[in-house]
Amino acid sequence: MVENNINIQNPVLSIRNLSIAYDEKKFAVKDVNALIERNAITAIMGPSGCGKSTLLRAINRMHELYPKIITKGEILLNGQSIYEMQTIQLRRKIGMVFQRPNPFPTMSIYDNVIAGYKLNGIKLNKDQRDDIVEKSLNDVTLWDEVKDSLFKKGTFLSGGQQQRLCIARTLAFNPEVILLDEPTSALDPIATAKVEELLVDLKKKYTIVLVTHNMSQAARISDNSMFMYLGELIEYGKTEAMFTNPKNPKTEEYLTGKFG
Amino acid sequence: MNLGSDIAYIDTFHRRKVRNTIFKIIVIVLSVITTSPIILILSKLIIEGVGQINLDFFTQLAPDTFQAMSAKMSGEKIPGGIVNGITGTLFLVLLASLIAIPIGIMAGIYLYENGSKRYTNLIRNIADIMQGIPSIVLGIIGYIWIVKNITHGFSALAGSVALAIMMLPLIIRSTEETMKMVPESIKEAGAALGVPYHRIILKVMIPSSFSGLMTGILLAVSRIIGETAPLLLTTLGSPVINFEIDKPTSAVPLLIWNFYNDPNMIDLIWSSSLFLMGFVLILNLISKRIIAHREKN
Amino acid sequence: MKSEKITKYVLFAVSLIILLIFAGMVFSLAGGAMPVFKEYGLKFIISADWNPTTGRESYGALPFIIGTLITSLLALLICFPLSFSTSLFIAEFYHKTRVASVLGTIVDLLAGIPSIVYGLWGFYTLRPVIIALGLSDQGFGIFTSSIILAIMIIPYATSLSNEIITMVPTELKEAAYSLGATRFEVIFNVIIPNARSGIVASYILALGRALGETMAVTMLIGNANIIPDGLFSTGNTMASLIANQFGEADGLKLSALIAIGLLLFLITAIVNALGKYIIRKFS
Repeated sequence: MVENNINIQNPVLSIRNLSIAYDEKKFAVKDVNALIERNAITAIMGPSGCGKSTLLRAINRMHELYPKIITKGEILLNGQSIYEMQTIQLRRKIGMVFQRPNPFPTMSIYDNVIAGYKLNGIKLNKDQRDDIVEKSLNDVTLWDEVKDSLFKKGTFLSGGQQQRLCIARTLAFNPEVILLDEPTSALDPIATAKVEELLVDLKKKYTIVLVTHNMSQAARISDNSMFMYLGELIEYGKTEAMFTNPKNPKTEEYLTGKFG
Repeated sequence: MNLGSDIAYIDTFHRRKVRNTIFKIIVIVLSVITTSPIILILSKLIIEGVGQINLDFFTQLAPDTFQAMSAKMSGEKIPGGIVNGITGTLFLVLLASLIAIPIGIMAGIYLYENGSKRYTNLIRNIADIMQGIPSIVLGIIGYIWIVKNITHGFSALAGSVALAIMMLPLIIRSTEETMKMVPESIKEAGAALGVPYHRIILKVMIPSSFSGLMTGILLAVSRIIGETAPLLLTTLGSPVINFEIDKPTSAVPLLIWNFYNDPNMIDLIWSSSLFLMGFVLILNLISKRIIAHREKN
Repeated sequence: MKSEKITKYVLFAVSLIILLIFAGMVFSLAGGAMPVFKEYGLKFIISADWNPTTGRESYGALPFIIGTLITSLLALLICFPLSFSTSLFIAEFYHKTRVASVLGTIVDLLAGIPSIVYGLWGFYTLRPVIIALGLSDQGFGIFTSSIILAIMIIPYATSLSNEIITMVPTELKEAAYSLGATRFEVIFNVIIPNARSGIVASYILALGRALGETMAVTMLIGNANIIPDGLFSTGNTMASLIANQFGEADGLKLSALIAIGLLLFLITAIVNALGKYIIRKFS
């Protein structure tokens, strides 16, 4: 039984009866139904192995990189099925940031920001490139820190700076939705605070879906929260309501630290 | 920042998809082509070689060219076999192993025990370089050291020294790698009981890494068993069975070389090659089995 | 405690044996090569004249050095598209699938085929094809040898490149995919740039293998002591010359052959050391 205590108008994403299995028997995600609110931060929580990362990756079809994956159900982006889109096109609209900062080590900071354009073979003139780089780095508050070393390798930056660079790389492509898979788990508290601040700022322009196993992070920055357990969506609601008054006993156990 | 080039961008989808697919097809096609030589070679050996393999093949000496020619003219199978080659190969492998295995294992243990000091790294680098030395050069070494200075003539010893030098780096490396996998606790347990150092090596380290050492040795043997070039310069070949270390000796690859150079013997080429290949493959399979078995435990 | 000391000394002594073997090899090769270098000096390396006829004796290594380099480099060129595709198949496109492991095993089998068997197959199967295609009259020569060499080095190049390609972090590939890249774009913009030095090293090491291969080349190259003047020309490599002429050699000719052995030893040692150095820096 799903406790769905949320009423979302005009959702960006509609997840409908989504099930994902790595092989016939092992379901990672079981029959999930959820709507994702526009210009809000939605956090997906749950103990490790609960399917939260798989669900996140299904949203831009990154999970299809694994062979033999079975996907059932549907995800709609602004009403259009993502399975009817080209993955190339879909991933441009739905960007992703990963657990460990992963700037391309063979590219400079500058090239990392416009990596999406380079990879996709989109030709830009120098003014456009400079524009995109400056704007994206400004959006992640990295511009002032790196503007004098734009042509150094991105791997020389600190972990927190690298992660912000990776967010800038995603922003540069001007997506509608940004998926983040435990983006701060490899960062120290100060860098984490900076990224969190940034995400709250970014939701004005973008829709953000965030996987985290850090409950206080979800409480601090998210508007809506999902709680997943053993592949199922157990509870979905406004973050404040869910943290103060969880409807499902499992959610309560998790939030009070009984497991996880 | 919202690009006006979105439409152009969508237009490129098709082109990029096609390019991606074409590339994948090229990769698959070239990979399939890569497998074709092995299939062609094996089938050639089997088709041409099986007919000549019978009991005589394993028990009779290699025929001379007149026997082969008269058999050919009367439309019969070439008489004789390759027993002098088989015994020669086994003899050479045995001698080479007697030289290379103790030295190789002890040197490997030395490298393992002494970590990464400068001298140890030097030995390690030398082993690396030795592994890359062409076998024909080792034939020259066997010739200079043994043929010219010790046996004063082509000899089994000269060939086995060349082969032993080929085996050494492989055994040294595999010994060091397997020793690294022996849990430190096993060694310490022995030392704690006051067991002398050489007994820890003999009774603890070597037995507990036995399968690894065995794999290294088998792979080294499978590498030398088909070697022809160094033997041309050292053991020369022999029409009879020989087990004396200071006399020329035959070997299966040397017989193949002789058969190849004698137009009457073509039929024996393929059966001997099939035999040699089979031998190498079986050694490889056994060592793979050992590795698989060890990984399971 | 005394036995511990003895064991340590014995192990050290064995390591010295390795050192001695190596030093002895260099010493013996240099010693054997001395007469020819005394006679011709370094001209031996750049002279193209190889004439063992008594009275008009003259020895130069250049045709064989060039023959060796041309066959090996051509082999590398032929090998690359095949083995690199195979690496991409095994380590990227079908990574960790059954079909990839079958392909890997088949390629490994190539390493188990003795050189002389490659030579036979080249002689009886490949050579007729070369003749039928009208590429050369007898089917012997640089091109035929290079094809066989290419096949022989495929397993070495492939298995090393496989390891290198799998070492490219998944996170980087995923980052590129998440930006909408196709597999083609990931391979050329992420995998190859990140694995470049390792891939280069694996082909350098494969080249090291090709340089010293003897029997198959001896059976296919045509054994002409000339500088090859084209792809289908006959020639000789350093290794095939030694295999062909060592048996009947003595005096200055023997010294010349040993000198060529020494040069081959040095060239392969340098190439291998370079490959190993790059690999070590890479990882």
